[in-house]
Amino acid sequence: MLIVMLATLVLTIGLLGPTMDKILINSIKVGAVDSINQRAGQSFNSIEERQNYIDSQVQMQIKNLGLDEPWYSPKRFTNTVIKVITLDLGKSNFFTNDAGSASVRDIIVEKMPKTILLFTTSTIIVTIIGIYLGAFVASKAGSIWDRLNSAFAVFSGSFPTWWVGMLMIFAFAFTYHIFPARATPLSSPSDKFYFLDLVYHMILPLITIILVSFGSWAYIVRYFLVGVLNEDYISAKKAAGIPQKKIIYSHGLKNAAPPIITVVLLSLTGSFGGAIIVESVFDWPGMGKLYYDAINVFDIPIIVGVTYVSTLIFLITVFITDILYAYFDPRVKVG
Amino acid sequence: MKSTLNKSGLQILKDFRHSKSGIAGIIILSALILMSLYSFLFVPLKLFREWNNPDSWINYPKNAAPAWTNTGIFGPKMPEHKILSINNAVVTDSTQDDLHLKKIAFTFDYMYDKFPKDFMITYTARYGQIQPLLQIDISRPDGKVFRLYEASLPSTQAGNHTLFSGRVFSTDRAISKNLQEYRNFGAYDPQAPEKMIFSDHEKMHVLKGKYTLIMSYYLFSDSDSVIDSGFILGGQVYGLMGTDELRRDLAIGILWGAPVALFIGLTVSIAAIFIGLLYGIFAGYKGGRIDEGLMRINDIFYTLPQLPILVILSVTIGRNIFLITGFLIIFGWVGTAKISRSLALQIKNLQYVEASKLLGQSDFKIIFKHIIPQLLPLTLASIAIAVPAAILGEAALSFIGLGDPTIPTWGQILHDANSAGAASRGLWWWVIPPGLMIAITGLAFVLIGNTMDTLANPRSRFKKS
Repeated sequence: MLIVMLATLVLTIGLLGPTMDKILINSIKVGAVDSINQRAGQSFNSIEERQNYIDSQVQMQIKNLGLDEPWYSPKRFTNTVIKVITLDLGKSNFFTNDAGSASVRDIIVEKMPKTILLFTTSTIIVTIIGIYLGAFVASKAGSIWDRLNSAFAVFSGSFPTWWVGMLMIFAFAFTYHIFPARATPLSSPSDKFYFLDLVYHMILPLITIILVSFGSWAYIVRYFLVGVLNEDYISAKKAAGIPQKKIIYSHGLKNAAPPIITVVLLSLTGSFGGAIIVESVFDWPGMGKLYYDAINVFDIPIIVGVTYVSTLIFLITVFITDILYAYFDPRVKVG
Repeated sequence: MKSTLNKSGLQILKDFRHSKSGIAGIIILSALILMSLYSFLFVPLKLFREWNNPDSWINYPKNAAPAWTNTGIFGPKMPEHKILSINNAVVTDSTQDDLHLKKIAFTFDYMYDKFPKDFMITYTARYGQIQPLLQIDISRPDGKVFRLYEASLPSTQAGNHTLFSGRVFSTDRAISKNLQEYRNFGAYDPQAPEKMIFSDHEKMHVLKGKYTLIMSYYLFSDSDSVIDSGFILGGQVYGLMGTDELRRDLAIGILWGAPVALFIGLTVSIAAIFIGLLYGIFAGYKGGRIDEGLMRINDIFYTLPQLPILVILSVTIGRNIFLITGFLIIFGWVGTAKISRSLALQIKNLQYVEASKLLGQSDFKIIFKHIIPQLLPLTLASIAIAVPAAILGEAALSFIGLGDPTIPTWGQILHDANSAGAASRGLWWWVIPPGLMIAITGLAFVLIGNTMDTLANPRSRFKKS
């Protein structure tokens, strides 16, 4: 597992390395021209002289930053890996955190808890609803509820989460003033009601994510559970007189868990990306909103930083899922 | 072998007709294809190209609701935005000595409960040093005639015969000045001349009926001419889909979004599924170390977070629509590779494959002749199922603001809507249609794909695990 994580990190750096260098060199060039434009005293006799000066400045900075070596040279490569692992991500050009620090790490550290709060809360709620609803419809396979659920899963699966978010704003913030349209809390973090305010502002994005994802969750759970419930050992348990509820929740679900986890892992990729965009729709002050803003003003350190960190969070999620998989399917440990 | 395959293909087609959801999917898909054809044939390509150029949308209203909302039952009937060109007008020419008079008369019915927002007169004329005189009069249903404007056109810089295009806005000071003469009728408001022009002066509300706007151009030279002239009455509702903050006609964006979405969805899914198919079959067929190695690479792609990498790619490499399609392919093939590998593992041990191996056929031939045809029905199903993901991926990328800036897509319309705060301002016609189109397109392919999947391989859902 660690090997895959490391390989992913190397691949990410490999993908980003050359482009990051290009971006950095470009920003150095822009910076050099800017600094000359701002300096009033400096004058040049000709355009060539000015250009030469800029070029020499650019070359100097490139050398200072070590950008003259390609990204895959061992020195720079290890440097990048160490930098990423220690989360030294540089400085933002446009953004600061509440305390005024422009360091990308500080900004992300400030925003991350909010993203995790929204993402984890919604994942937990969706999981609970999905499992219970899935188990419910699995026990009544073929009924009207079952078909309704399948239809709902197909429908909600093709809706973009962020669009549903916009509809929710339209419905609950514009037409009926129940929830605020912007999810950024108005009170300051030191306020004692800040947490309540935060939760109140979180409701609308939370409902949106849950509404879009629980249908397909229930559908997946139902599908594998129905397969398990047809097995002989379940029939044997039924014959032995064990109540239906106990069979479904303790025997059925546990045996259906491994394939469910695999499929859910797949859909997690989608919902994670969706959560990023949902944040920007609702102005939820998390990493997704930061990402959205950074892309709009082209703040490269932030874009790269958030990409790295979200990759990391994603990998941790994958890792946890794998551990869960091993817990539910003991055969994995041996293999 | 071939005959049985054909049979199963026919059988699938036959069964497909009996599946309600499959038929529903086909109907939606054909509607989308019709939409694409319609936009190709009837919507001018120029407007589509100029989507992000605010200049080309200046004649359109801002944030206007769709015209069909204007039933007048649930509230006051809002004025419809009218764009009248010289083709809608009655043109009369007369010549007296050197003076040439060109009269352009626009007749229109004004049957709305509210005053128009504003109005605008556009003209394109060719003239020399002596500038033509423009007189604008409006005759109202009650017989009153107001002179709105009387001024010469601006002098051209060069002084020789050049083409000049200009506009007279309702907020022009000359108009309110001219209207002052009719002040004793009432309803005079220098800020809003349209109120006086369109109101019943005794009852202080809109005077409904037939209005005629007459533009008289006095041309003082034989070589002078008026090429184009138009009248735009600013309203609150316009067209089939309304307009957005930048005055763009949303119907054009939505219509043109259909072929773009279909192109992206189908290209990405077909390319990705075939790459995955070949990759998986090759790995499964070869087995051993090659299989192991290829599957580890697959695992790495599997664990990459899609959206952040997509963002980085389009930030750094480019935002061309073809590039975006390419990026989406990178992530599309992974799942198919896994499935087709496990299926190839089964097929490779079938007797006829082993027989052809013993006959000395090349691996290439075996894969293409014996393994791929077996997987084809399933492949078609996977292609259909993969389309929504591609469309959603492009929409998400556009929504973040990384779409192709030269082409309107549904995702971009939603991006603009979101940055203008359309949802919280209640501009529903800007938010609902593009998203609904994305959802419907996805739904069509999911329905078709699911139906084909169940028909081609009833147990396929279990094999995916």
